[in-house]
Amino acid sequence: MSEFLSTWPPFSPFFEFAFMRRALAGCLALSLGATPIGVFLMLRRMSLAGDAMSHAILPGAAIGYLVAGLSLPAMTLGGLAAGLAVALLAGGVARNTVIREDTSLATFYLLSLSAGVLLISLRGSSVDLLHVLFGSVLALDDPALLLLGAFASLSIIALAIGLRLFVLEACDPSFLARISRLSPLAHYGFMVLLVLNLVAGFHALGTLMAVGIMILPAAAARLWVGNVGPLLLLASGIAIAGSLAGLLLSYHADLPAGPAIVLTLGATYLLSLAVGPLGPLASRWRSGWHFER
Amino acid sequence: MSRVACPQGAALLRFDNLTLGYNRHPAVHHLQGEIAGGSLLAIVGPNGAGKSTLLKAIAGELRPLQGRIERYGLDRRQIAYLTQQATLDQTFPIVVHDFVAMGLWREIGAFLGLGSEHRRRVHAAIERVGLHGLERRPIGALSGGQLQRALFARVLLQDAPLVLLDEPYGAIDAASVRDLAALVRQWHDEGRTVIAVLHDLAHVRQEYPETLLLAREAVARGETTSVLSPANLQRARQLAEGHGDGTPAAVCRVDRDAA
Repeated sequence: MSEFLSTWPPFSPFFEFAFMRRALAGCLALSLGATPIGVFLMLRRMSLAGDAMSHAILPGAAIGYLVAGLSLPAMTLGGLAAGLAVALLAGGVARNTVIREDTSLATFYLLSLSAGVLLISLRGSSVDLLHVLFGSVLALDDPALLLLGAFASLSIIALAIGLRLFVLEACDPSFLARISRLSPLAHYGFMVLLVLNLVAGFHALGTLMAVGIMILPAAAARLWVGNVGPLLLLASGIAIAGSLAGLLLSYHADLPAGPAIVLTLGATYLLSLAVGPLGPLASRWRSGWHFER
Repeated sequence: MSRVACPQGAALLRFDNLTLGYNRHPAVHHLQGEIAGGSLLAIVGPNGAGKSTLLKAIAGELRPLQGRIERYGLDRRQIAYLTQQATLDQTFPIVVHDFVAMGLWREIGAFLGLGSEHRRRVHAAIERVGLHGLERRPIGALSGGQLQRALFARVLLQDAPLVLLDEPYGAIDAASVRDLAALVRQWHDEGRTVIAVLHDLAHVRQEYPETLLLAREAVARGETTSVLSPANLQRARQLAEGHGDGTPAAVCRVDRDAA
């Protein structure tokens, strides 16, 4: 099989070039770690909040960059610190004031994003800014791949252990708060996982598009399946297939890899809208169909 | 199997000069008295009377502005509370079986798997509320009555000594009301305490031996037929509209002995 793929021209870049294999490995880690988090973002109606959080990590990464240049550990730690600070502050304000969570998150992420851009512009070039905003999936080195793999592993383990908690927190949060003391753990634990995966995604796809590999496969999968377990699996499958196709598109058409991946995932979503059994068109075609009782 | 532990007749809840409200604006004033274990109590009153507020406070989700609620030996997580405006996301991709199984949380928690006995009980609960055959249907595809049945099945599995129901029969058909009312009677027969906020006075007269008539204060409490007298209902309406004349109601003590 691998012999066939290596001689099949569309797939040959993965056999010829290590940077393509690294990019694919990075995307695989994101598809397995970040995409399930994206499913829960969608189910909690927090898709745009995820986008906001992806911007919120910018000043931390920028401070890391100012201190140590394009250093993976420094920018990772900075991103994690900024993301967690915004998540905690936004959550705290939303729970203790009349400001609702979406507004609270918007205020802190705007502050954070503008501070980040300001910090980068103080000492960076436009190339550096592009790296932070759009990532460098074709330039993932060993430490970056290890980081992506470690964060993905952590996410998968946390989701496997706390799946029921995360499901109930997304489905019926008041019920969870009534029957369990773990409700705050579910909320803040999820936010920590979100920040971890956004930081991982930021290394590969940049802050602007890290959330793309989370939300687009989740939204596409939602148009095909109606139960949360299969939804998680299908979303990750779509993310893997979309990443593979996006990387090949990027290579063969000489396009930037990050946007090519996200656009491929976006096309999958549009296709799902058109033909997915839970999409608007399929619902119209099957308007005469109904349950037996 | 049942966790009902409260001795019949012993006080399960006690209100001590209880005043409840939101943002320092009182909604219910100076409630005093006890609710005995095993009671089947309806709370009725005009809109804005504070019925749901009282239920929320009993469930431990609203801190009193004044006074206190004593829950004798009852952790707030042992209370099954079916709210009027559930935060349930009906578009959430979860099937009836998995949704109802959440009622087993006290036994399986966040981390234990469902054993065969658990699955049997989930199926029994689904069958008990008349949803047999719909186990694999997403909750978003249920009708209003079916969803309410699923919520009752979840309450059934919670196996709670105290069940709070806030307008449980709103917008469901007569057959569903009949079936779910039978389940409430079963809970009462098993010795559970059931407190339900209701609007249908005919249903209350038929199903509930005890009633608390609220209108921002306790207008009357006791045997349903005497509480729901024309005079008390008239007084409740006046109080809710802010025309109370200050005279005490026919029955205004909120303890069981007053019945």
